[in-house]
Amino acid sequence: MDNLLALLRKACHAALLTLAVVVLNFLLIRLAPGDPVETIAGSMGGITDELRAQLRSQYGLDQPLPVQLATYVKHVLHGDLGYSYFFNLPVSGLIAERVPATLLLVLASVAVAFVLGTALGVLASRKPHGPLSQAITVLSMTGHAAPVFWSGMMLVILFASVWPILPVSDMHSMTSDGQGLAAVLDVAWHMVLPTFTLSLVYLAQYSRLSRASMLEVLGSDYIRTARAKGLSEHHVLYHHALRNALLPVVTVLGLQFGNVVAGAILVETVFNWPGLGRLAFDSILRRDYPTVLGVLLFSAIVVVLMNQLTDALYRLIDPRIRA
Amino acid sequence: MTGFAPFLPRLRHALMACALSAVAVCQAVAADTPKPGGTLVIGTTQSPRHLNGAVQSGIATAVPSTQLFASPLRFDDKWNPQPYLAESWKLAEDGKSLTLNLRHNAVFHDGKPITSEDVAFSIMTIKAKHPFQSMLAPVEKVDTPDAYTAVIRMSQPHPAILLAMSPALCPILPKHIYGDGREITTHPANSAGVVGSGPFRFAEFVPGQRIVLTRFDKFFLPGKPYLDKIVITVNPDAQSLALGMERGDIQLLPYESVSTDLKRLQNNPNLTLTRKGYEGVGALNWLAFNLDRKPLSDVRVRHAIASAIDRNFIVKALHSGFSQVADGPIVSSSPFATTDLHRYPYDLKQAEQWLDEAGYKRNAGGERMTLTIDYLPGTDEQQKNVAEYIRTQMKKIGVTVQVRASADFASWAKRISAHDFDMTMDNVFNWGDPVIGVARTYMSTNIKPVVWTNTQSYRNPKVDELLNTAAGTLDATKRRAYYATFQKIVTDDLPIFYINTTPYHTVASKKLSNLPTTIWGPASPLDEVYFK
Repeated sequence: MDNLLALLRKACHAALLTLAVVVLNFLLIRLAPGDPVETIAGSMGGITDELRAQLRSQYGLDQPLPVQLATYVKHVLHGDLGYSYFFNLPVSGLIAERVPATLLLVLASVAVAFVLGTALGVLASRKPHGPLSQAITVLSMTGHAAPVFWSGMMLVILFASVWPILPVSDMHSMTSDGQGLAAVLDVAWHMVLPTFTLSLVYLAQYSRLSRASMLEVLGSDYIRTARAKGLSEHHVLYHHALRNALLPVVTVLGLQFGNVVAGAILVETVFNWPGLGRLAFDSILRRDYPTVLGVLLFSAIVVVLMNQLTDALYRLIDPRIRA
Repeated sequence: MTGFAPFLPRLRHALMACALSAVAVCQAVAADTPKPGGTLVIGTTQSPRHLNGAVQSGIATAVPSTQLFASPLRFDDKWNPQPYLAESWKLAEDGKSLTLNLRHNAVFHDGKPITSEDVAFSIMTIKAKHPFQSMLAPVEKVDTPDAYTAVIRMSQPHPAILLAMSPALCPILPKHIYGDGREITTHPANSAGVVGSGPFRFAEFVPGQRIVLTRFDKFFLPGKPYLDKIVITVNPDAQSLALGMERGDIQLLPYESVSTDLKRLQNNPNLTLTRKGYEGVGALNWLAFNLDRKPLSDVRVRHAIASAIDRNFIVKALHSGFSQVADGPIVSSSPFATTDLHRYPYDLKQAEQWLDEAGYKRNAGGERMTLTIDYLPGTDEQQKNVAEYIRTQMKKIGVTVQVRASADFASWAKRISAHDFDMTMDNVFNWGDPVIGVARTYMSTNIKPVVWTNTQSYRNPKVDELLNTAAGTLDATKRRAYYATFQKIVTDDLPIFYINTTPYHTVASKKLSNLPTTIWGPASPLDEVYFK
């Protein structure tokens, strides 16, 4: 019963938080100078007074800001994200179209960062002060410190002009009509660079985290016991130590999901990856308020859900948190 | 026997070509015989809002819209109207009506015939909803005496009507789709399941990503189009597009103006570059003054600023010679352009003298005045770099200029439409006829809080009168004379100092033949383009 109440309270918090995100985003985007009608005028090479006035009233931009906010929140509560000012298409449709690309990129990057990061961490923990560990630390720190758009652009330059073997832009070949396996391989080939770029930052974090966690676990009594039993070092590392050492890494992975989505915005822009991030970026430039707000709301919901999920899982795993 | 087989199809093509040219259908004297088939990938940085060029102007929409929709007329590379959907046409003696005789075999992509009803509907829709209001302003109605004759009736002679029949400006829409009573600017058929009248039919439109068009088999011009498919791929990063050209992923890159990219692509043995095809849009890169603000309201100050700017340096050094110096409000490739203009040769001494005469002497610090300059973000080479250059030049004559950057187009547009600027760099299109793209910048009746109107607040009754008279003058020679006088006056009043023509180029794979080099270039039907 207590548990159920706590969950309900959590859900209420999450809903309120999301609402606050909606209101805050709505107000923040209005701080950007210029409005969507100007951008539309720009795309048309000119506009008349009449059309300008018509567009403003069509989009409700001639209403006072609080009225616009109230209308927007009302629509959102009814599950209506509105129409894109720029494309005249439902925002929900535009988002749905882009979700798979972003999801693919984010999940692949998290997977790569997790697998490669832990592997490097474990490797480094075996001889924590050896040259291999030092090298991994330097690599991780560089990867973590470099802004993701910078490393992305460096990779573009490298693979575009110096060593042109990988595609540096888009998700598909422009001419491919491929179906089935050919299409899958085509996408996989285009994914290599963006995935690597996005995973770089998290790879660094996971390798540092798993290294530290491994070192801690390796110092504990049961590991000494395992070694004393005469188990092989390989068995000790991978069967006894790694399992426990992975716990904090998994926690961070869940909590950082939101950051990965944020990083995806930059990576998608650099590699012209047709996902939510690029949609958000382009829409900000166009002052396409409903689309920007829709993407932000969608991301906020995903992040809140992921956090709730991590939280709920924790309650199941660790009874001490249930209080 | 087998040895001859490969020659047979070629022979048949050659014979067909002979037959075609014999009936004078072939316009170009092509050395090769057009070969049908192939997918053409076109690169662009701008995503169109939708594909209906009747209610959305701008080149992003014009490129796909002119493939999807046919227009009454099209133009060759010398500004001559050519039959298109209209087999023949006649502008009445009094210039107040234009009769279009439509082809009898033309059908929309859903198989319904294209009739005069559709033409009347389209023209009245464009008049009501297209952003270029001056284009069809005098049109009162369109009569439809029979299914294949449309007569456009106008309140006054309107010679610009012929150019207004161009593919980019007058797409013919199906009335049975768009005439359903729904608001046409937000009609769903603008972006999905578009039913057109042109050489290519709609296959897919993914906003912000790509447009796919396929060959329309029942297009009214026999044998055309040659291509099977056109894919327009959107990539906001111009360099990625240039890279796509080099790799061969993209075969046509229109509206390319960045000199570093142009230089690189020019040296590629698989690519060709052409400047032809941009006479119609007539893009000018210029410096606009806000005449409502002191000291720019003083014509001597404007003359002085102009004299301190070396446009040869801009063209040669900043644009690597790809652009050309522009001297007047009408691009030199237009039939309305004149060479009898006031000119401002680069002369710093003269500039200083004019400023002295205007009473703006150097103060103790050597400074005469402080001004700001804005620029359109996004095309640094044409805009930002020129603004920076102007800043350093102005320093030489004692004018301190502060360059104001804008984060994006909307930020710039907000300042300019509010007339909140001293000087701004800008890039403005002539759009073929001065009535459409030139008059809007200078008419005192068009001083509005909107970009690309007369945001300079330039007022000259003589100019207003000349532009109005020229718009309604049928006699081509007289009309040109009015516009010549207008150009001379404007270059003397100098509300705008013209810097250069925007160096738009079409970059194409050498495998392509019959590149779009008419006055509207890539914003016209690509029905004759083919792969060698």
